[in-house]
Amino acid sequence: MKKIIAFVLAAIMMLTLLAGCSNGNANTEKKEGLENFKIGFIFLHDENSTYDKNFIDAAKTACANLGLSEDQVLMKTNIPESNECYEAALDLADRGCNVIFADSFGHEPFMAQAAEKYPDVEFCHATGTTAHTAGLKNFHNAFASIYEGRYLAGIAAGLKLNEMIANGEFTAEEAKIGYVGAYTYAEVISGYTSFFLGARSVCPSVTMEVQFTGSWYDETAEKEAATTLINRGCKLISQHADSMGAPTACEQAGVPNISYNGSTVSACPNTFIVSSRINWAPYFEYIVNCYLNGEEIAADWCKGITEGSVELSEINTAVAAEGTAEAIAEAEKKLADGTLHVFDTTTFTVNGETLNSYMADVDTDADYTPDTEVVSDGYFHESEMRSAPYFNVSIDGITTLNSAF
Amino acid sequence: MNNAGTTKHEPLFHIVKRSSMVWWKSWLIRIGSVAAALIVCAVITVLLTGKNPLGVYATMIDGSFGTPRRIWGLLQNIAILLCISLAVTPAFKMRFWNTGAEGQVLVGGLATASCMILLGDKLPTLLLFPVMIIASVAAGAIWGLIPAVFRAKWNTNETLFTLMMNYIAIQIVSFFAYIWSVPKGSGQVGVINGSTKAGWLPSIGGHDYLLNIIIVAVLTVAVYIYLRYSKHGYEIQVVGESENTARYIGINVKKVIIRTMLLSGAICGIAGFLLVSGTDHTFTRDLAAGRGFTAIMVSWLAKFNPLYMVLTSFIIVFLQKGAGEISTTFGLNDSFSDILTGIIIFFIIGSEFFINYSIKRNESLKGGKK
Repeated sequence: MKKIIAFVLAAIMMLTLLAGCSNGNANTEKKEGLENFKIGFIFLHDENSTYDKNFIDAAKTACANLGLSEDQVLMKTNIPESNECYEAALDLADRGCNVIFADSFGHEPFMAQAAEKYPDVEFCHATGTTAHTAGLKNFHNAFASIYEGRYLAGIAAGLKLNEMIANGEFTAEEAKIGYVGAYTYAEVISGYTSFFLGARSVCPSVTMEVQFTGSWYDETAEKEAATTLINRGCKLISQHADSMGAPTACEQAGVPNISYNGSTVSACPNTFIVSSRINWAPYFEYIVNCYLNGEEIAADWCKGITEGSVELSEINTAVAAEGTAEAIAEAEKKLADGTLHVFDTTTFTVNGETLNSYMADVDTDADYTPDTEVVSDGYFHESEMRSAPYFNVSIDGITTLNSAF
Repeated sequence: MNNAGTTKHEPLFHIVKRSSMVWWKSWLIRIGSVAAALIVCAVITVLLTGKNPLGVYATMIDGSFGTPRRIWGLLQNIAILLCISLAVTPAFKMRFWNTGAEGQVLVGGLATASCMILLGDKLPTLLLFPVMIIASVAAGAIWGLIPAVFRAKWNTNETLFTLMMNYIAIQIVSFFAYIWSVPKGSGQVGVINGSTKAGWLPSIGGHDYLLNIIIVAVLTVAVYIYLRYSKHGYEIQVVGESENTARYIGINVKKVIIRTMLLSGAICGIAGFLLVSGTDHTFTRDLAAGRGFTAIMVSWLAKFNPLYMVLTSFIIVFLQKGAGEISTTFGLNDSFSDILTGIIIFFIIGSEFFINYSIKRNESLKGGKK
């Protein structure tokens, strides 16, 4: 019996090996028309994660805008940050994908590995840091200036605090924001600092406390962190992590919340104010058009609020302070015409002093050597030298309650 | 089952344990159960998605055998799952419920990764590999040893103990993932020694995973011989059947428990080594990806026979690969393919019931009705 099974298995393998060989050279020709084009996506989780849902929705929008049919778009969900990602990328290449995109930070080394193996396929990766120094023509990083969106959302937070102060709910000195962060990592630090600066631009007395969870997605930990912050006297909560933990905790405690990755108004109608998110559709359309036109894809791509890569959700007027929409629109205009910079060094201090110079670790290396001056013309140039955020300065007014791993 | 009481509501059927069954009959039942599972899956597929079930099945096969790369990926995944299943089997045969394979693999993988990171540029390859292997085997073995000692000396519950050890391993791995993360603070180690490839298992004839597969194949035969023909294997079996009998015939039960768990942990350590050095070249807390638990099923389904485990691990990996392919090709959520996998495994496990027991119509009812 064992022999028979072994024989049958061997026979199946032989047949499929032959079948595989006959259609294994699908991606040798470049610059075909749209009808021969295929794009592959690799997602860490599926729609149940707000982070991946944001990418999946954008991918669907972009592919619809480009007129790609269903069989030209291949999506692989629940691909872990391991060799599985490498295998998934190569499998998509085998299936004739011309452009392959992966959405999670930890996918990066495996995408780079795949890019080496398939020089004719374009490999694009969100949130990574190494493409601009990797020397691979077909490997690219992308991000968005999400700090702009967070700054604008911060204005909504500051105005809400002002309103509560004016209503006599607490004094100006008690105006404290709580922030639930995933890791003590530049992307998160840049996010909460810009959010805080936005809030302080309208509510000068505000302070902030940050609690890290040590995970990008941990509903219980995020909920606990938010509750801790609320119990410590925080009057408003925002978060940079991917679950509904913090918004739910806010809704239960009746504390206003500024969300991330998309509107949470349906689950939290009494506390949700506004949410910022990265809209990846413009990037997806960009990489597809580059490929079709035979243009090179930028090694490191970063666009912001003016290009539609960063968006704010609809404001929940039931909770937001009056005049929020107008204030945000005004700041947005100033950001666009360059009269306002989020990390303007006159608006914050570090250990009581103005930040006149800062060497950031822009080019990733094993020893994290600071290599690039990023403060000039009176502001910190975030995401200009490299798409992924590198602002990791602790400024005065923000207290981190812990650090995580 | 057969509670012949005074009540008249006697069940229509009763269940009788079969003494034995001809091999072809039992295989007929197994094949029949898979066929039944496929029919149920087909009905559910049509009802829930409206897709052609034959197309879905074809896609499943395509997911595992569609291209040479997929076949290699399939074999590689079988090898790792099989390796961990081999690891838990000696303990299971002894009725020692080692649910800590996940953690034992993790610490083994971490040990390998540590050697690659700390010694990668210091030791020549010829020396590096023995160090890596010894470190990972030792790490896995120690992780298995701790609950075994507690069980042998103080009769603690090994199921809970080994399970808890998983969480400790996960936290240790997270800790080191943070210490060695690139860029600092991201919690991601990234590919280790990507440029020098120091400590990477070499590819044979251009096939990256061939060495993995060969190592596990050798291991499979070794474990089979160990359990079947060695004195140790016999002792394990006796301890599993009855600790008292074992003691009576002069087997040192504590020694057998500790020795077997050392072996179990050591093979998990090898699995960790293969995962880090042979495929992933990095480590995360998800390194074992639940295989430590899947291995329990593989081992049980194969009735703790290492050779049958080749087949059961193939079935599990094939179903997983097929499931992933279905969700990509048909744009379905991964959960749907998990439902199909669940149904098929349920039927396979269920078939064992019909092999071990037969259902008989109650004679008394037949006779009683006039």
